[in-house]
Amino acid sequence: MSKAVLMQGNEAAVEGAIAAGMRFFAGYPITPSTEIAEGSAARLPQEGGKFIQMEDELASIAAVLGASAAGMKAMTATSGPGFSLMQENLGYGAMAEIPCVIVDVQRAGPSTGLATSPAQADYMQAKWGTHGDHPVIAISPSSVLETYMLIIRAFNLAEKYRTPVIFLMDEIVGHMREGVELPNPNDLIINRRKMSFHDGANKQCYYVPEGQYVPAMKPFGQGERYNITGNAHDESGFPTNSNEIAGKLVGRLLDKVEKNVDDITRVDEYAMDDAETAIVCFGGTARAVMSAVLEARTAGKKVGMFRPVTVWPFPEKQLRARLPQLKNILMVEHNHGQMLLEVQRVAGREKPVCFLGRIDGTVISPQDILAKLSEMEENHHGE
Amino acid sequence: MASDLVHLYMRIDHLPQMWCPGCGNGVIMRDVAVAIQELIEDPELDFNREDFVIVSGIGCSSRAAGYLDFNSIHTTHGRAIAFATGIKFANPKLHVVVLTGDGDCSAIGGNHLIHAARRNMGLTVIAFNNDIYGMTGGQYSPTTPNGDKATTAPYGNVDRPFDIANLATGAGASFAARGDIYHARETIDIIKQAILHKGFSLVDVYSVCPTYYGRKNKKGDAVEMLKWQKEHLVPTARYYSMPESERADKKLIGILSYNDYPEYTDEYAKVIESCRKKDKK
Repeated sequence: MSKAVLMQGNEAAVEGAIAAGMRFFAGYPITPSTEIAEGSAARLPQEGGKFIQMEDELASIAAVLGASAAGMKAMTATSGPGFSLMQENLGYGAMAEIPCVIVDVQRAGPSTGLATSPAQADYMQAKWGTHGDHPVIAISPSSVLETYMLIIRAFNLAEKYRTPVIFLMDEIVGHMREGVELPNPNDLIINRRKMSFHDGANKQCYYVPEGQYVPAMKPFGQGERYNITGNAHDESGFPTNSNEIAGKLVGRLLDKVEKNVDDITRVDEYAMDDAETAIVCFGGTARAVMSAVLEARTAGKKVGMFRPVTVWPFPEKQLRARLPQLKNILMVEHNHGQMLLEVQRVAGREKPVCFLGRIDGTVISPQDILAKLSEMEENHHGE
Repeated sequence: MASDLVHLYMRIDHLPQMWCPGCGNGVIMRDVAVAIQELIEDPELDFNREDFVIVSGIGCSSRAAGYLDFNSIHTTHGRAIAFATGIKFANPKLHVVVLTGDGDCSAIGGNHLIHAARRNMGLTVIAFNNDIYGMTGGQYSPTTPNGDKATTAPYGNVDRPFDIANLATGAGASFAARGDIYHARETIDIIKQAILHKGFSLVDVYSVCPTYYGRKNKKGDAVEMLKWQKEHLVPTARYYSMPESERADKKLIGILSYNDYPEYTDEYAKVIESCRKKDKK
């Protein structure tokens, strides 16, 4: 039976993660994500799980990766400044193929910025923050219920593809309170990494069968000895200086996401069937966009919402499929134009892309969006 | 015995190791392997090879993890102790041994060292302390003595050095000790005691780097540097029987601080237990 509760996005992240099997949390307090650490500290020992407050964010993600190597589903939560500190080991997780979930409840930056105000300006950091080419999966929820459901998906993808998954929240959703009906835990689909090595030549720990992309993973302390490293490594898990082996490894890491993009990518479309203007947005911004779309529709304007739920990889196939019907696109996001670059890349010269952003820590309202739509219409008539 | 040790506990496919001729790191790696072998083979004790996890950071020291045939994880610079914390806390039955260097554990990773010591997390940290950044070619580290030269201290080091064992003691380590490569048997015994210790343990093992530190500071070759260790580093019993006046230029090899504070994962297990009891009520 499902149960109705009033909860905050940050609380839903904790409950969803626990439903997904998260039993280890290491973190460091930072606004506006702290409730996730507090909730984990209270809830995990009740489930036989473990919470530790580390000395900083560098340590937090390191402890999470260590716990995952020892077989636990593990998570940390932070905001922009802490997310920046985690970048090096985010790359380590991608290279060594250690699954985990990193929650970033975005706030206004740069630097300390406006610690309690919302923003979505870590979008590009999520993709490009760590050095080197590496696979990235990032998911962004726009409601409390979706936070619960999608963080389960984040764990499932992390386990399935053996890679860190970024759960890109924002202060809007993190601190939003809504009544939600949580699903029956028995109805949830929970993935678990394959816990023994693939059968292959010498059961090498990073061996991947032909036509597959993901090595199986056996936790430390369960009977097989092997080596994990952030160096370029061969199938045995040991460092190599071979350019050929290193190139193949990084290629496979990228392929894990690129070749499975249809499995990973999700979008939410609203009133898009006959839309001539698509408003693209993600995360908490969708709430204002939904209101604006409803109001614009009442006024007879053919406007719809196109919302990437998987924000990395950017759902370019889905957006491209909508291009023929569109006159123009409006990107709305709480930053100076980050997802805008992806939308422009996909739209090319075919369709004009307008932009409504915000960098002062305030929230974009439905009125702001409606005003922008009117402005776009006037400009069009003026042409 | 040595060749048995190599075949049993080292990954011979990956030998010979990459350290320079005369480097002390191979001696420390062997001391760690002998200590673990003696613990596993002791019929009175219940140590299983599969329960050991070797964790290292980045630097010359940290290549040791790849040569030792246990579960091993070669992490990022400075973060070995933080990774190890996650491994130990996730599965407290594991014996987690961190192999690190003076730069790795007291500069970039200094914060993790002091906090693991403060928490009394049940890790064993072995610092391969050679007073220099060797992997990058001889820059001064937090243990380079004041006035000594390095590629980044061409006119002499202005910094004052850390004593890593004292640093750990100051941070509340329940076991802090010092070893060296000259007194190998004593150092093996210290490492065994460190692994047997329930809480956080640190052994600061003085290595030698003739290639960078030795050459820059005219300390002679590896043999000369070992002679210095023989003359200036003194095992516990002899150290305390010396008159105070003779101790001035000497350092103790042995256990510097010890107590039986409760270990972190044991304490957290009690938290889980109490939460579960409340659930049942």
